[in-house]
Amino acid sequence: METAAIVKREPRTYLNVDHTLKGWLLTEDHKRIGILYLIVITIFFAIGGLFAALIRIELATPAGDLVESGVYNRLFTGHGIIMVFFFLIPSIPASIGNFLIPLMIGAKDVAFPKLNLLSWYLYVIGGSMALTAIIYGGIDTGWTFYVPFSTGYASGMVMLTLVGIFINGFSSILTGLNFMVTIHRMRAPGMTWFRLPLFIWSLYSTSLIQVLATPVVAVTLLLAALERGLHIGIFDPTLGGDPVLFQHLFWFYSHPAVYIMILPAMGVTSEIISTFSKKEPFGYSFIALSSLAIAVFGFIVWGHHLFVSSQSVYAGMVFSVLSYLVAIPSAIKVFNWVSTMHKGSVQLTTPMLYGIGFIGLFTIGGLTGLFLASMGMDVHLTDTYFVVAHFHYIMVGGAIMGFMGGLHFWWPKITGKLYAENWAKLSAVIIFLGFNLTFFPQFILGYMGMPRRYHVYAPEFQVYNVLSSAGASILGLGYAIPLTYFLWSLFFGKQAPANPWGATGLEWQIQSPPIPENFEITPVITEASYKYSHEEAAHVG
Amino acid sequence: MASHSVTLRHHFETSEQQKDASTIGMWMFLVTEIMFFGGLFMAYIAYRGAYPDAFAAGSQKLNIVYGTINTAVLICSSLTMAMAVHSAALGKKNLIILFLILTLMLGGVFLGIKAVEYHDKYVGHEIPGANFHPELDNKNVSVNNVSLYFALYFGMTGLHALHMIVGVGLLLFLIFKTAKGAYTAHWHTPIELFGLYWHFVDIVWIFLFPLLYLIDLHPGK
Amino acid sequence: MSNHPDHIVPVRVYILVFLALLVGTGLTVFAATIDLGRFNIVLALFIACIKAALVVLFFMHVYYSSRLTKAIVISGLCTLLILFFFTLTDLLTRGAVQGSTDWVGVPGR
Repeated sequence: METAAIVKREPRTYLNVDHTLKGWLLTEDHKRIGILYLIVITIFFAIGGLFAALIRIELATPAGDLVESGVYNRLFTGHGIIMVFFFLIPSIPASIGNFLIPLMIGAKDVAFPKLNLLSWYLYVIGGSMALTAIIYGGIDTGWTFYVPFSTGYASGMVMLTLVGIFINGFSSILTGLNFMVTIHRMRAPGMTWFRLPLFIWSLYSTSLIQVLATPVVAVTLLLAALERGLHIGIFDPTLGGDPVLFQHLFWFYSHPAVYIMILPAMGVTSEIISTFSKKEPFGYSFIALSSLAIAVFGFIVWGHHLFVSSQSVYAGMVFSVLSYLVAIPSAIKVFNWVSTMHKGSVQLTTPMLYGIGFIGLFTIGGLTGLFLASMGMDVHLTDTYFVVAHFHYIMVGGAIMGFMGGLHFWWPKITGKLYAENWAKLSAVIIFLGFNLTFFPQFILGYMGMPRRYHVYAPEFQVYNVLSSAGASILGLGYAIPLTYFLWSLFFGKQAPANPWGATGLEWQIQSPPIPENFEITPVITEASYKYSHEEAAHVG
Repeated sequence: MASHSVTLRHHFETSEQQKDASTIGMWMFLVTEIMFFGGLFMAYIAYRGAYPDAFAAGSQKLNIVYGTINTAVLICSSLTMAMAVHSAALGKKNLIILFLILTLMLGGVFLGIKAVEYHDKYVGHEIPGANFHPELDNKNVSVNNVSLYFALYFGMTGLHALHMIVGVGLLLFLIFKTAKGAYTAHWHTPIELFGLYWHFVDIVWIFLFPLLYLIDLHPGK
Repeated sequence: MSNHPDHIVPVRVYILVFLALLVGTGLTVFAATIDLGRFNIVLALFIACIKAALVVLFFMHVYYSSRLTKAIVISGLCTLLILFFFTLTDLLTRGAVQGSTDWVGVPGR
C-alpha cells in the first residue's frame, strides 16, 4: 500500500458520480433535476428579459418609433407568457425546491423520482412550443388570452402557444403532487410538521395551489384552443357564449398562480432572515399556518381581476372584501420577519440583503394591491401602469429577489463552491436600485392615467417613462453580474464547507455538495428547528 | 414481509410507505381530474342556466336508451374492476385476469355505443361548426344556443371517452403484466391505482348522464 | 403517520353497492319522466351524488382509508364547489342592479 504519496481524492458527490449526458438527461436524482430546471429557467428569464428590454426602449419616447403597435402587442404578450408560465411559476419550486425538499425533511429523494424527471421534460416541451410560436412571429393576445379576440381574431400561432402552456401546466401539476406526497410521507423519524423548516411549509402551500388550480386553466385553454381551431363557439358571444365566463375560469387559476409565485419566495425569506439574525423565526407557527391561509384564501378572490369586465357589482363587492382579507396572512409574515430581526445578531450577507429587500419591496407591492382591491379605486386604476407597477413589485421585487436570495443562500450547498461575496453584494444593491427606478415611476404613471399595453402615450408621461427605462438598463446590468460570478465560481470558486452560514437545518449537516443519497444514514430529529445557541448568536460568520 | 423485496424502490424505507405514498399520489391526481372536468361543468352550469330551453331542445336529440345502457355498462365495469382488485389482494392471478378482461370488454361496449351515438350526431348535423343544423322539435329556441349545448356535449363526453380509451389501453397493459406474474397478494399496487382511476371515470359519467341526457323529457309543457 | 393496514372489503359489500347503483340509475331515469319542474334537476343530482358517494366510499375504499385520503377527496370537492359558488355570485346577479330577472346569465339574452 502506497504511504509515501497520499493522493487527495475528491469526495463522492451527486455531481461527480456520473459525468455522462445520459446521467443528466435520464437522472432520477432530485438534485440533478433541480439543476436541469435551473438551467432552463435561466434561459427563459433571459428571453423574457429581452422582451422587457425592447418594451422599455420603445417606451422611452412617446411616439411609436421603435416598433409598430402590432409588434408591440407581441412584445408584451411574449414577455408576459414567458415570465409567468415559463419562469416565475417553476422558478423557486422546481429548482431550489426540488433540490432542497428531500434534504430538509431527511429523505433520500422525492416520492416519485421518475415523475419528477417527466415534469422537467413536460416543461421543456411546453416551453419549446411556446418559444416556437414566438420565433415564428409571436402572438398578440396578451398573456391573458381574453376571448373572443384570442379565439377569433388574433394572429399568430395562438394554438401552438396554448398547447405549449397546457403541457407546461401538467409539469406544474405533477411537481406539486410530487412535493405534497413527499412532505406528507417521507419525513425522517422525528420530523413532525411543526419541526419542518418554514421553506417546506411555503412549498407545501404552493404545491396545494398547483394541484388544485392548474387543471382549471388547463381545460380553459384547451377550450379556447378548440374554439380557435374548430370554431365550436363555447365562448363566442354571437352564439350566446360568455366571454366573461372565460375570464372567470382563467383567473380562477391565474390569481392563485400569483401565490404560487410568491409563497416560495416568502419561504426563502423566512430561512434567510432567521439564519442571518441568528435567531429562530418569531411566531414560527403563525408563519407556517399563514402560508396555508394564503393558499386557501387565494382561491376565493379571483373576481378582483374582473371588476370592470361586466361582472356583476354584487360579485365585485364579495371579491373585494375577500381580497382585503387575503392581505392579512401576508402582513403577519412581514411582522414576524421584522420581529425575528429585532434583537437578533444581524449579518448583512448577500442573501440577507435580498431578504431585507424582499420585505420592503413586497410590502409596497402588497399595499398597492389593496388599492386595487377597492372596487371604487380599481375602476380608475385598472389597466393603467399602477397595476403594472403593483405586480412587478410583487413579482420582481418580491419573487425574483426571493429567488436570488435563495440562490445565493444555497449556492454553496448545491455546487460546493463559494461565489465572490463583494461582487454579490454590489449586484444586490444595483438590482435593488435599478428595480425601484424602473417600477416606482410606473405607480405615478398609473395614477396620472397612462394605460398599459400601449406603445404610444401622451407627452406628459415621458419623464417617468424615461426614468423607468433607465432603471431597466441598470436592473438588466444587475442581473448580468450574478450570472457571471456564479459561472465563475463553478470553475474557480473556493470549496464551500458544509455550513458556511452557521445555519440550522438538515441540509447544512451534510457535505457540500451532497452525496447522491443525501444522507449516509437516515437522520432522526429529536428537537425543534432553528435552535441557535447563544454562542452561535454571538459569533459572527 | 421483507422490506427489501424487488418491488421496493430505494428512496422508500418500507413497502408500506411506498404503497401509501403511491395511493395518496393517485388520489391527488384524481383531484386534479376533478378540477379538470370541473371547468367544463362550470361552463355547463353557466349556459344551462342561461338557456334552459335550448339545452332541453338539444338534450331531446340524445338517445336515452343508449345513455341508460351505457350507464349500466359502466356500473358493471366498476363492479368487475373492484372484483379485480379484490382478487389481486387474494393473490388469485386467474381471477384477476378474468375480471380485468370483463372490465375491458364492458369498456369496449361503452365506447362502441358512444361511437354509434357520435355517428348519429354527425348524420343529424348536430356537431357544432359549419354544418350545424339540427332538426329541433322546439322551433322557438335559438340554434346558436343549442350549439352551445352540443359543444358541451361533445366536450364533456369526448373528454370522458378519451379517459376511457386511456383506461382501456392501461387495462391491456395490466392484463399482460398479470399474465406474466408481475402481481402478488403482497404487491399489486398498479391494479389498485388503476381501479381508482377507472372508478373515477365512472363517477364522471354518473354525473354526465342526467345532466346531458335527462334534461327535459316532457317538451311542450 | 403510516398507512392503514390492508383491508379486504367483503364481496357482499361490492354486490350491495352495485345493486344500489343500478337501482339509482333506474330511479333517475324514471324520475326524469315525471314533470317535477325545477325539482327534476335537484332530484337527479341528489341521486347522482349518492351514487358517486357509494363508489368513492366502497369501490374506491375511502371508507376504509386514512384520514389523509379522506382529506384529499374533501379538499378536491371543496375547491370544485368554490369554483361553482363564486362564479355563480356573478352569473346569478347580473341583473341585480336594475332589478333581477330569472337568470340573466349572459349578455344578449
